[in-house]
Amino acid sequence: MISNFSQFFTLADYAMVLPIILLTLFALGILLIDLMVPAEWKWSNAVTALIGIAFAAGAVCKAQQNLRLMESPFVLSGSMIFDRITIYFFYLFLAGAAVAILTSVHYLEVEHEHRGEYYSLMLFSVVGMMCMAAGYDIVLIFIGLELMAISTYVLVGFLRRDRRSNEAALKYLLLGAFSSGIFAYGLSLFYGLSGTTNLGGIGQALARHMEANQGHPSPVAVLALLTTATGLLFKIAAVPFHQWAPDAYEGAPTSITGFMSVAVKAAGWAMLLRVLVWGLYPLRSVYVPLLIFVSIATMTAANFAALTQSNLKRLLAYSSIAHVGYMLLGLIALASVQYPAPAFFDGLKGILIYLLVYTFMNLGAFAVITSLRNKDVIGDELDDIAGLFQRAPVAAVMMLAFLLSLAGIPPLAGFYGKYFIFLSLIESQHYILAALGVAYSVFGLYYYLKIANAMFMRPALDQERLPISFGMKTALGISALLTVFIGVYPEPFIRAVNWSLGIVHSGAVAELMR
Amino acid sequence: MEALGQISTLHYLVLAAALFVLGVIGVLTRRNVVIILMSIELILNAVNLNLLAFSRLYGLHGQVFSIFVITDAAAEAAVGLGIIIAFFRNKETVNVDEVDLMKW
Repeated sequence: MISNFSQFFTLADYAMVLPIILLTLFALGILLIDLMVPAEWKWSNAVTALIGIAFAAGAVCKAQQNLRLMESPFVLSGSMIFDRITIYFFYLFLAGAAVAILTSVHYLEVEHEHRGEYYSLMLFSVVGMMCMAAGYDIVLIFIGLELMAISTYVLVGFLRRDRRSNEAALKYLLLGAFSSGIFAYGLSLFYGLSGTTNLGGIGQALARHMEANQGHPSPVAVLALLTTATGLLFKIAAVPFHQWAPDAYEGAPTSITGFMSVAVKAAGWAMLLRVLVWGLYPLRSVYVPLLIFVSIATMTAANFAALTQSNLKRLLAYSSIAHVGYMLLGLIALASVQYPAPAFFDGLKGILIYLLVYTFMNLGAFAVITSLRNKDVIGDELDDIAGLFQRAPVAAVMMLAFLLSLAGIPPLAGFYGKYFIFLSLIESQHYILAALGVAYSVFGLYYYLKIANAMFMRPALDQERLPISFGMKTALGISALLTVFIGVYPEPFIRAVNWSLGIVHSGAVAELMR
Repeated sequence: MEALGQISTLHYLVLAAALFVLGVIGVLTRRNVVIILMSIELILNAVNLNLLAFSRLYGLHGQVFSIFVITDAAAEAAVGLGIIIAFFRNKETVNVDEVDLMKW
């Protein structure tokens, strides 16, 4: 296949990728401005980063309006796809990063590690995430993944003097780089099988391959799928590739733990959906049984491991692994039916809504844990949150809302994520998996209520009122408001997700998804 | 020239697969962090070899991809060695068996 050099990039292409360009410029700008900022003014870097995110959000808004004018969703010679799902993920990444930045300012001051690179790296990792969500070429997807991952390795190890942070960064680096290598090996085999680096081209070549072999893929195709899937499942921390997650989550600065558990995970999901659904859809008869095994293993291992945790960050790390298990159920439902069936859209809708509500409830929960960090208290053990209701009643009530939402109790946001996933499972006739999913979500209530019990029923070790900074209050307010609001009045959010799936119905992409 | 002509794409692929397996074994069995990083580089080089071998058949895309992979490997090594130095300063070891502050 000869590369098409005659197609030059047009101004319209740059208008679509403007959010990515703006974020890169702001990230570089922070690095420069930081040199001139005196030590007590380091919080201004957070303001710069938030302004950058606001500009990027404006550019995404503009790109959203441009969608209607575009003849095809592909920009930059087909290496990026701008459909509505891309726009949806862009907003999600920006929201996650903005709330995480709000929780960081006071925390970094307490840790005496307030440096501009922190915010710069966060913006760079959002740039990587955007490349992962919009990438339609395996080269771009891989580069986006690595940009995000390398920025996150540094952020995890940002507390240089803290041994746990060093250790977490080391483990995350070794396992992350290992999984990226395996992922790249799989991608190189797909390039060899199809002769193109374009996801759509790979999909078409695989469809021909499956047809020629009567639905039985060749061993090389299976090897390529296994290695690629290993890399993808590693990034979303599914069992048996989850061992890095609890360690990295526990050792990382708490504000980064929140960021990793939502934005980085959402980016992993965006990449997983792009590769498995858009690219490797013809191989779904091979990967669905694999995913069924992985999702059951994930739900089981994570829920049982979470039971015995006494460290809050570790407990929520296992809870976030369990949530990946539930989201994988949605992927099983959508991949086990033929493309235009209702279960296909409900599965995708379930995953997208789940990622949205999960972003706010999990960031909120980590924000409360972040605020427990004070002068002499590390504040990530279950004992540290004891008696929170006496020390900071509003934060304790918000935390209760986040925990109940994580457990999926109906009037809160978390319920709707699970609702659509289980609906799609029943539509695709996976009754046993649906029952298992419901059983494990009830099971999960136990460890969430263990935290609630400590907050409300146990006396505080330290009776002093908990100081909560302005940025933290804003972050908590946004997360709590959305967690409750999506739960009570989900219509606009479900409509937003339906909108983002709209283009899947239209001819152009329907052709790609066969 | 005759001898070179007999080296087919398959030979490169088998060599790449061997490098990949060696890299995976290295990551799983070695105890020194620096050697684990080197094994990861071995995996990435297996990827490069694959891409170059395939680009003999399909054109430039694979070579461009491999340049990106080389760049990525360099960035990863830089960040990785930085993290290892930070770790070594606090712990005075590069043995993964002693990376044991957090478990289960």
